Amino acid sequence: MSSDDRKPRRPPAISRRSFIKGAGAVAAAAGLVRVSTASADQKSLPAGVVESLGPAAESIELKINGRATRLTIEPRVTLLRALRDHLGLTGTKLVCDRGACGACTVHLDGKPVTSCMMLAVDARGHEVTTIEGLGTPAQMHPVQAAFVEADALQCGFCTPGMVMSVAAALERNPAATIDEIKHATAGNICRCGTYTHVFEAALSAAKSTGKTARTAHARGDA
Amino acid sequence: MSRRVTLKLGIEGDTHDVTVVIPDDEPTPWDLGARLSIVGKPTPRVDGALKATGAAHYTYDIELPGMLYGAILRSPWPHARIRDIDLSAAKRMAGVRAVLALDDREIRFAGQEVAAVAALSTDIASDALSVVRVDYETMPFVVDVDAAMTDSAPRVFGSGSNVGRASSSSIGNVARGLEQAASTLEATYTTPVQTHVSLETHGAVASFNSAGDELTVWCSTQGIFSVRDDLAVYFSLPPDKVRVVCEFLGGGFGSKFGATPEMIVAARLAKAAGVPVKLMLPRADEHRATGNRPSSIQAVKLGVDGGGKLTAIDLVQHGSGGIGGGAGSAGPFKSIYRCANIRTEERNVYINAGPSAPMRAPGWPQGCFALELAMDEMARKAGIDRLEFRRRNSDNPVRAVEYEIGARAFGWSEKSASKKSTGPVKRGVGVASAEWHAVGVSGPEAQVLAYRDGTVEVRVGTQDIGTGTRTVLAIVAAEELGLPIDRVKSEIGDTRFLFSVPSGGSLSAPSNTPAVRQAAAHLKDKLFRIAAPMLGAEPNDLEASNATIRVRTNPSRAIAFADVCKRIPGDSISAQGERIPNYEGFRTDQAGCQFAEVEVDTETGIVRVTRVVAVHDAGRIIDPLTARSQVNGGVLMGIGFALFEDRRMDPQIGIMVNPTMDDYKLLGSLDAPQIDVTFVEVANGLTNTGVMGLGEVAHVASTAAVACAVYDALGVPVRSLPITPDRVLAALGQV
Repeated sequence: MSSDDRKPRRPPAISRRSFIKGAGAVAAAAGLVRVSTASADQKSLPAGVVESLGPAAESIELKINGRATRLTIEPRVTLLRALRDHLGLTGTKLVCDRGACGACTVHLDGKPVTSCMMLAVDARGHEVTTIEGLGTPAQMHPVQAAFVEADALQCGFCTPGMVMSVAAALERNPAATIDEIKHATAGNICRCGTYTHVFEAALSAAKSTGKTARTAHARGDA
Repeated sequence: MSRRVTLKLGIEGDTHDVTVVIPDDEPTPWDLGARLSIVGKPTPRVDGALKATGAAHYTYDIELPGMLYGAILRSPWPHARIRDIDLSAAKRMAGVRAVLALDDREIRFAGQEVAAVAALSTDIASDALSVVRVDYETMPFVVDVDAAMTDSAPRVFGSGSNVGRASSSSIGNVARGLEQAASTLEATYTTPVQTHVSLETHGAVASFNSAGDELTVWCSTQGIFSVRDDLAVYFSLPPDKVRVVCEFLGGGFGSKFGATPEMIVAARLAKAAGVPVKLMLPRADEHRATGNRPSSIQAVKLGVDGGGKLTAIDLVQHGSGGIGGGAGSAGPFKSIYRCANIRTEERNVYINAGPSAPMRAPGWPQGCFALELAMDEMARKAGIDRLEFRRRNSDNPVRAVEYEIGARAFGWSEKSASKKSTGPVKRGVGVASAEWHAVGVSGPEAQVLAYRDGTVEVRVGTQDIGTGTRTVLAIVAAEELGLPIDRVKSEIGDTRFLFSVPSGGSLSAPSNTPAVRQAAAHLKDKLFRIAAPMLGAEPNDLEASNATIRVRTNPSRAIAFADVCKRIPGDSISAQGERIPNYEGFRTDQAGCQFAEVEVDTETGIVRVTRVVAVHDAGRIIDPLTARSQVNGGVLMGIGFALFEDRRMDPQIGIMVNPTMDDYKLLGSLDAPQIDVTFVEVANGLTNTGVMGLGEVAHVASTAAVACAVYDALGVPVRSLPITPDRVLAALGQV
């Protein structure tokens, strides 16, 4: 199946609205109005400029797993939906859809975030790393390999998010303690009840690598 | 043709020679004398890398060309009649391709399916649901179990009572047993409704062929064949025109048997739209409508004589699975402990809430909680040590060994005798007994293939709910063929493979592994016939081990397994095996016990579980690594049931108030204690592998052990789950 076949059909994209100056600009009901800040979207917008998006689909560029990717989406689409439904990166899971379970955890500039709680348009200008970018079955990240070795997974549905949380924790502190690991995964719910093996895997990854390898931007499948 | 073999069965220190008659084409069952090379050694699961890298494809991840997204409109009312549904606005909406009014016109719970749409995106589908106009005639409802049992309660089903007929059992005479008792106990225990919270919600991707007479469904299910059969009936298709695929499954816990409403809706939408439809439920719907573990109100009476022997066990139980049944909890009362006088009475109470579904050891965690806490209260009243009380009333030799192992590992005698702290944080310990009967069933068939490149493939129409089915099947085939695990691949999750049973009730491993072993043995015979002329020997004289086929009496005459495979005439050769009925064997029950330690803050009421020791038997353990994962999971789910989980209904408006993963409290990493797991290996001789299932038995006693430990810490029992801070403080008389 080619990657094009995997993309669902979308309503035809309407051309991107031009930037509207001034805070009083009227935006369409389901669209977004936002003022650029120094931290967000600094590459495309000068500070203080107001951007109006939507409600129709817009063409945006995201940097995912080290690669610039252009996609056309409605501004209401979450980063999670964009990854899964538009880019075929289905390793990141949708479970609670309200930031309560951690299954959709990805790294944004190296920090773990719940991608169901973030709009895709807000990920512009940031480095997004998904589970696919961390490692592949043939070339696993040390944390992924440790999960397999310690059987830190059962049904596997929480696993990508759990791996991302542990990998971020070990990036922060390669010699993380079990308490740090417990806190790092406190937002990741595993219904199969695999936590104790997750702790084992994390500690073994911390031990075996001394310092965990920097996140590899392996090839994504998009 | 058959042969007689004498097997050494039982456990270390308690062995029995048992002669069984087995068919000639069956491999001799592995008994205590069996020398095995990879069975029983920790093996990382064969699909671990796929899961750890996000490359495993679940139903949620299936994308087909031209696929639409489905969504279901649900009733906001707990009890109503639908006068009219107006779909016109939804049908007119851009991007909407199919709209259906569903069949039921009487609504019996808030969340029941009413209408469905398929659209170009999930957002458009949910937009379309918002413009469906439904004219409801609302009706009186009841969501509280006590209220539902009163004469004046609104009726859930027509004019019939909300209280179902009693399911009763009786041995001996309980009244006399209570009279004869030196000491008696009478107490009532309650448990809440628990929802399954499978991380992958229920749903399916459904696709009809262009003629509309062949249906393919990818779905998140514990039973691909039961889904196939249900869909075949629903759409009036021959079963072979329905193909069901489930490569990976994000949890089920009993809630995913058969064709569930959302699967049927997905297929109906696909038929109506003429293109594939994917319909995965939102989280709230998963909580409200896809099943739950029923609640329970358990009135218990126990009697004990001067020697610490039970003289009477009596249970009168009511429970509610909403508009569903299956609320009984009598199982543990009838079989864990020996008593001459046992009476149980179970009744379903119907309320306007989502239907129950089987959930991990249905009825047993709630029954075990009530029985075991009552046992502790009885022991305290009668002045007997709690573990000793259990020993005296259990006649299972395996459990007797398990009590000893567990008590030693846990440090029971010191911990249970230690004085309570005078500070606000009190420690407590508890022990509870488990039981299950995971002997498996006949029915599954397996195919094992050897390819010219020397690799082997196992194919079974089973599915992996997360227990490691692929891995366990590959290990069994590899053992029989004398190969390392990396030469064997397991293919499961497709009704195009040979039939297997649903993955539930701890059925998978004991039902599938014997079929795989038999198939592998048959394949080995075929390979021996190829190898025999190469070695100048008779096929019967050969054996396979270390990836080599050799002459048994002269091991230096050997040839690599892969070199034999090069002589396969075509691309592969294959053999089949079937799961035959169980032999008589050693025992058909599984014991098990769990010890828990808790810390209770008597100022805040917060309970923390600090340690659990779990001792279990499951026949022969194929892979201790995945087996330990299952036990950890059973324990942790049990702690969650003991301390956190509680489906709450609003009695005023009749809806579930916490259908999320934050308001419905689940155990997280910070709540997970140290868990030590020990397996007592039992050679049961029931099948050629002697494997028993582990999913249920690992969960039965966990909640009870925690509740008993809290009782020990406080000196007063908390008889209602979950043991929340307010209940702890109430038990202490502080609120």
